Amino acid sequence: MSMTGKFISIEAIAKRYPGATGSEIAVFEDLWLSMARGEFACVIGHSGCGKTTVLNILAGLDTPSAGTVIVDGQAISGTSLDRAVIFQSHALLPWRTVLGNVSYAVTSKWRHWDRAQVKAHAQKFIDLVGLTGAEHKRPSELSGGMKQRVGIARALSITPKIMLMDEPFSALDALTRGTLQDEVRRICRDTGQTAFMITHDVDEAIYLADRIFLMTNGPGAVLAEIVENPLPKDRGRIDLHRHPHYYALRNHIIDFLVMRSKTFTSTAVDYDPRNVPAVRIGKPELMIASVSDASRDESNQASWPGLSRPSTS
Amino acid sequence: MTFSLRFRAAIVSVLIFLAFVGVWHIATRGTGAVAAMTPEYAKLMGLTATQGKSAMPGPLDVGAKLWEHLKRPFYDNGPNDKGLGIQLGYSIARVGLGYFLAVIVAIPLGFLIGMSPLINKALDPFIQILKPISPLAWMPLALYTIKDSGLSAIFVIFICSVWPMLLNTAFGVSAVRKEWINVARTLEVGAVRRAFTIILPAAAPTILTGMRISIGIAWLVIVAAEMLVGGTGIGYFVWNEWNNLSIVNVIIAILVIGVVGMLLDQILARFTRLVTFPE
Repeated sequence: MSMTGKFISIEAIAKRYPGATGSEIAVFEDLWLSMARGEFACVIGHSGCGKTTVLNILAGLDTPSAGTVIVDGQAISGTSLDRAVIFQSHALLPWRTVLGNVSYAVTSKWRHWDRAQVKAHAQKFIDLVGLTGAEHKRPSELSGGMKQRVGIARALSITPKIMLMDEPFSALDALTRGTLQDEVRRICRDTGQTAFMITHDVDEAIYLADRIFLMTNGPGAVLAEIVENPLPKDRGRIDLHRHPHYYALRNHIIDFLVMRSKTFTSTAVDYDPRNVPAVRIGKPELMIASVSDASRDESNQASWPGLSRPSTS
Repeated sequence: MTFSLRFRAAIVSVLIFLAFVGVWHIATRGTGAVAAMTPEYAKLMGLTATQGKSAMPGPLDVGAKLWEHLKRPFYDNGPNDKGLGIQLGYSIARVGLGYFLAVIVAIPLGFLIGMSPLINKALDPFIQILKPISPLAWMPLALYTIKDSGLSAIFVIFICSVWPMLLNTAFGVSAVRKEWINVARTLEVGAVRRAFTIILPAAAPTILTGMRISIGIAWLVIVAAEMLVGGTGIGYFVWNEWNNLSIVNVIIAILVIGVVGMLLDQILARFTRLVTFPE
């Protein structure tokens, strides 16, 4: 990716906390990461690897101990209406209605709009996430999925440059999660939104992300690999798993989570945090699937290269 | 056929009340003439000695007197004989004023304490020492400095109702969920707007709970304060009627104090319900 293509550039950020004996514990050190405009990126890693910290730093809710974050050519300082956050716990204001919650965001961005303007704008985004008719309900009257829809509508209503999502669907049941993934994907594609999402769900990452960032275990976590999603842009949820590269991709990520995330930092010899290897599944020369697995899977593989059955789910 | 729980509870309440009044009536019933004495002597001794009438008034005496009070609540026959309504009015006005001053001081200060860990820690020793002081212990100091008994009573109400409100406001403000604050931060909401649109509504149920505790304490204290400062008010009325040896009026005053206290509590409870949000 060229320098001009960097819409978001995280440069050498670190997060350290004071340890028990006066020393400092680094959650991560010297982390570099960049994204292009309109890209959808997912971060996958085990709990405690600092994913949420990266997102909070990107949102401006947290400050790095070292390094800078550059968005659209400018170093960020603090939060911004350009960067909307969708919280895991939806974080709706329970004393406001659906319309009230979205309007709160709208009036925060456009302070001089009159009531009618605010209402019309908020309504547009409530309709967009499929909550028409529930405008006057309070969050306590909504299901988990509907609450998160309000969270999405609130984030979108300020027309941000970037959407930051911290495991937005992890508290939802599988069916609702699927529907909301579809909607987020549709909205992001339609509006050309740049999105940065943290997830634990490998399939969610494969379905949504253009690139998947794999992080090793903390403390001292590093960005180990950037996996480029080989599936076509217009992939559908229904036939996702029939794509020739699907299982290779899924296995690669799961292998990383199960095994390599623990050992990566001790085994990678020439790891350069500024030049994290990009992995393109399906191109044999760049395959970094574990060798022992690959040879064993050879026997029960179908016709596509790099394809194996899921060993974990 | 079964009745609703509410209805059955109401029936039990009425039964308990009737039983209480019945026992009261029987216990204070006259025992008939006890001793024969000359009419002059009997006049001096009163009905208790001559006809065995109980010194403690019965429910019928209290009921009759209460009806008298209710018919003329606002009469004013000079300093020592005012209607129950006037006395209650004085007490409620004092409580209202002292309580209002406490709200003005406690809520902003509580906000400050809740928002700033520094101020919280700095003020903590003062609050811890001042809070357990009986409000009436301030009375001499108040009388000496303010030099007005009426204002001193208001000050005592202020000082007793300020603490629950202050501590509850500070707690409510400091316990506002981080995620709501983060929502405001990501929306670049300024400090003042954040205080009014996020912190205040989020802390309102806790603040109102403090205010409800305060009004209860204020109403407890006003009776004692008015017994000390004298002149007017329901507390003064109780003490004055004790000096008059009118136990009927003392009982009526106790009853009325209870009813007004309950009403004040109910008003605050209603406000609390208004600001409480389901999660």
